[in-house]
Amino acid sequence: MRSSVIIFPGSNCDRDMDVALKKFGFKNQMVWHNDLSIPKSDLIVLPGGFSYGDYLRCGSIASKSKIIKSVIDFANSGGLVLGICNGFQILTETGLLKGILQQNKFLNFICSNVFVKVKDKQNKYFKDLKKDVLKLHIAHNEGNYFCSDDELKSLEDNNQIAVTYCGEDGIENETNNPNGAIKNIAGIFNNSKNVLGMMPHPERMIDKYLSGEDGSLFFKNILDNFK
Amino acid sequence: MEVTEAVAIDHGLKKEEFSKICELLKRTPNLTELAIFSAMWNEHCSYKSSRKHLKKMHTKGKQVIQGPGENAGVVDIGDDDAIVFKIESHNHPSFIEPYQGAATGVGGIMRDVFTMGARPIANLNSIHFGSPQHKKTRNLLRGVVKGIGGYGNCIGVPTIAGQTTFDESYNGNILVNAMTLGLVNKNKIFYSKAAGLDKPVIYVGSKTGRDGIHGASMASATFDDKIEEKKPTVQVGDPFTEKLLLEACLELMADNSIIAIQDMGAAGLTSSSVEMASKGNLGIELNLSEVPCREEKMTPYEIMLSESQERMLIVLEKGKEEHAKQIFDKWNLDFAVIGKTTDTKKIELIFDNKKVAEIPIDLLAENAPIYDRPWKKTKLPQKLKFDKDEFKSLKLSDCLKKILSNSNISDKKWIWDQYDHTVMGDTIQKPGGDAGVVRVHGTNKAVAASVDSSALYCFSHPLTGGKQIVCESYRNLISVGAKPIAITNCLNFGNPEKEKNMGEFVECVDGITEASKYLDFPVVSGNVSFYNETKDKGIKPTPTIGGVGLISDYQQMLTMDFKTEGNLVYVIGKTDGHLDQSIFARELLNEKKGPPPTVNLFNEKNIGETVLDLSRKNLVMSCHDVSLGGILTAVSKMCIKGKKGIKINTLKGLTNKYEYFFGEDQARYIIEIPKDSLKKVNDILNKYSVHFDELGTVNGQSIEYKDDINLPIEELAYAHKYWLKKYMDS
Repeated sequence: MRSSVIIFPGSNCDRDMDVALKKFGFKNQMVWHNDLSIPKSDLIVLPGGFSYGDYLRCGSIASKSKIIKSVIDFANSGGLVLGICNGFQILTETGLLKGILQQNKFLNFICSNVFVKVKDKQNKYFKDLKKDVLKLHIAHNEGNYFCSDDELKSLEDNNQIAVTYCGEDGIENETNNPNGAIKNIAGIFNNSKNVLGMMPHPERMIDKYLSGEDGSLFFKNILDNFK
Repeated sequence: MEVTEAVAIDHGLKKEEFSKICELLKRTPNLTELAIFSAMWNEHCSYKSSRKHLKKMHTKGKQVIQGPGENAGVVDIGDDDAIVFKIESHNHPSFIEPYQGAATGVGGIMRDVFTMGARPIANLNSIHFGSPQHKKTRNLLRGVVKGIGGYGNCIGVPTIAGQTTFDESYNGNILVNAMTLGLVNKNKIFYSKAAGLDKPVIYVGSKTGRDGIHGASMASATFDDKIEEKKPTVQVGDPFTEKLLLEACLELMADNSIIAIQDMGAAGLTSSSVEMASKGNLGIELNLSEVPCREEKMTPYEIMLSESQERMLIVLEKGKEEHAKQIFDKWNLDFAVIGKTTDTKKIELIFDNKKVAEIPIDLLAENAPIYDRPWKKTKLPQKLKFDKDEFKSLKLSDCLKKILSNSNISDKKWIWDQYDHTVMGDTIQKPGGDAGVVRVHGTNKAVAASVDSSALYCFSHPLTGGKQIVCESYRNLISVGAKPIAITNCLNFGNPEKEKNMGEFVECVDGITEASKYLDFPVVSGNVSFYNETKDKGIKPTPTIGGVGLISDYQQMLTMDFKTEGNLVYVIGKTDGHLDQSIFARELLNEKKGPPPTVNLFNEKNIGETVLDLSRKNLVMSCHDVSLGGILTAVSKMCIKGKKGIKINTLKGLTNKYEYFFGEDQARYIIEIPKDSLKKVNDILNKYSVHFDELGTVNGQSIEYKDDINLPIEELAYAHKYWLKKYMDS
């Protein structure tokens, strides 16, 4: 499976994502933000970091960068687009995903392990995933997902909520919500579920020495579903 | 403006220093020249009070590639890999403006490391605040933590360990020390020594603005009532630009275009250009009209003194300008050829086609004043005799809970949750352990790092205190299974013009030197911060040691959490029960006098090597050094982390359980050993002739000791984990 990771100025999880993808057998290549086209890919990843210094608003300048038109075209033609952390913020700024990511409820950056519940398995990311609750990792200052009542209803009606913050036992409540996101939302899909944005970093949980391996399940699952 | 003695004094120079300048130059300097002298001759840049004593430090060792004198120290970790590291203070600016002060401290130290060609792989920090009750403490702490996080998180370098303390002596002068480790190929290290004539001098990075002017002079003076007026001397950081600068520099460093490179830190363009020329025994000519400026009509004086961040000065091979420019253009950074190297051994500044300054380099560097300041020795205080009655009203379990929730012992999760400690995907020991550990990417090796200081010990007896921190750093590295390699130090002291403060400095340095020599744990980099004093009140002497060690196979890393029920717990090293200067004496007996615990370097080394040997033979399941708060505090942390209890044995011949459990004797570790390996472990301990106590067995969910203690781990964890969060929320 071929993948492309876009590097924006200020991206800082680009290498980590490259390492993770290659570890599980993706043929990955790095793509510079000023390029106009993306090499042939089956998956495009917008990595975490602080693209363009998070100036103006997280992800907003990246959503107007040269490369982004190709990303949008690829998504609209049904290609898999995955945005992690800052990548999720960029996807909401492009309009590919609904809603916005506000500053965390307690106004602090949070770096912590979290559990997320997989809410929908009828998609190419989570289909046949063996677990319902994953231990992943977050590191962000603006991960507090918010959207309008109408948007929330349509996300719910179409099963577009991908993952929610929960406890180890899968219970979603306020205590298990690290950043104040509406309905504990940690990640969402677009309408056709080929575009996934999520705040947690699967690429930071890919071997047992990194306090967890559930990220490995996530990447392997994408590969398995592609075959 | 006419330069007079009064103007010189306004620039922080002493009367005698001004006359010496006139004498050396054989004329009165113009204002720009005076500014350059003031920037180079201040304490922060010239080390004029400390240099004499720093020379004594132990700086050589088998693994040392570069000792003090460069942007950072470098040590060899095998297979052509080297670690570049340094710690630096940003105390004065952080007190004036905590967010930017701390942020630019982190930015500055990272630049020092990547200037040498290394990619930063870990950040650490040691931060010290006034009493929790002081009205400024909460806001300063919040601002500093946000500043450190704001910068480090954005760059994408994990913050893997740190230290936070509270003491009333920091009420008017907080300390912010930031440390960075970088990884470099040992054959591709870049230095700041210029070489060759007529080579282009390149300016890259951010534009120069009017921020930070006189920053280095500000950091070389004490504070008074007017510190609010000093805000404009604090630099403003932009981590985004630094991230671009990091990537662009590393890209340019992939080939052989760079002859010398130096970041513009304290005293900006002045200090970087003078240092490069001085090290290369060359002259340098700069055309200041070519310097990219952020603001209009900046004068040569302002350009030379600006401490705008995220800038670098490079001496490039001739003909490589276009190639280098392409890289900096790609990263959207300023690039300008602003001068050349010369054979005049002078710094010559041109502005608007006129020469505006001309100073022989050696007057700024080698001829800068050196002071042999008078200093006073601190006598070892008399050891206290505690009356048995003093302990009568105490209960062991209450004492333990009180100590675990003490501001200096309690868990600092509230802080490190705000630092990205997992980016780069190689952090295998997070903050909260004895040391942070990151893997050397793509290898089986891992590097451990820790920051430590013990101001109470250093205040009581600087010589012992100096030795103790080096030992503490050594122990922390061994506790995670790392072989200690080398240290960097940040020497935070009061006013060197006072004999007592100068004495504290001299004796701490002597202590550090003695211990680092004995333990073969050399000092490879560091910095000195004097004048941590407000209105005549100085800080307690606070030398901070940043230690670095190597784990050759990261699967052998140790952590402190108890692992398996039924395993045995040993205290390695002898406990005499030294309570003077302990947390226990302070918190429960309200006693602040007495000497710090004695440091026995033979024991430190021997016991450290024993524990390392045990761990290499896979006989240690968990390990933690015994320091602040003594055995019971250490063991509680191991229980809390492992979510497992301990049944402590009835100890024979114990005369005073408080002394045993809370004494802060040095050279001790607590280790958990598999119960079926008892004989092997005892044989090794006997081979090294090491004293050990069989403390107990990993058991259940409580700490139990006779009828004295029966505390559920959850209760201890609550006492330990929530002090800081509650304090910050209140």
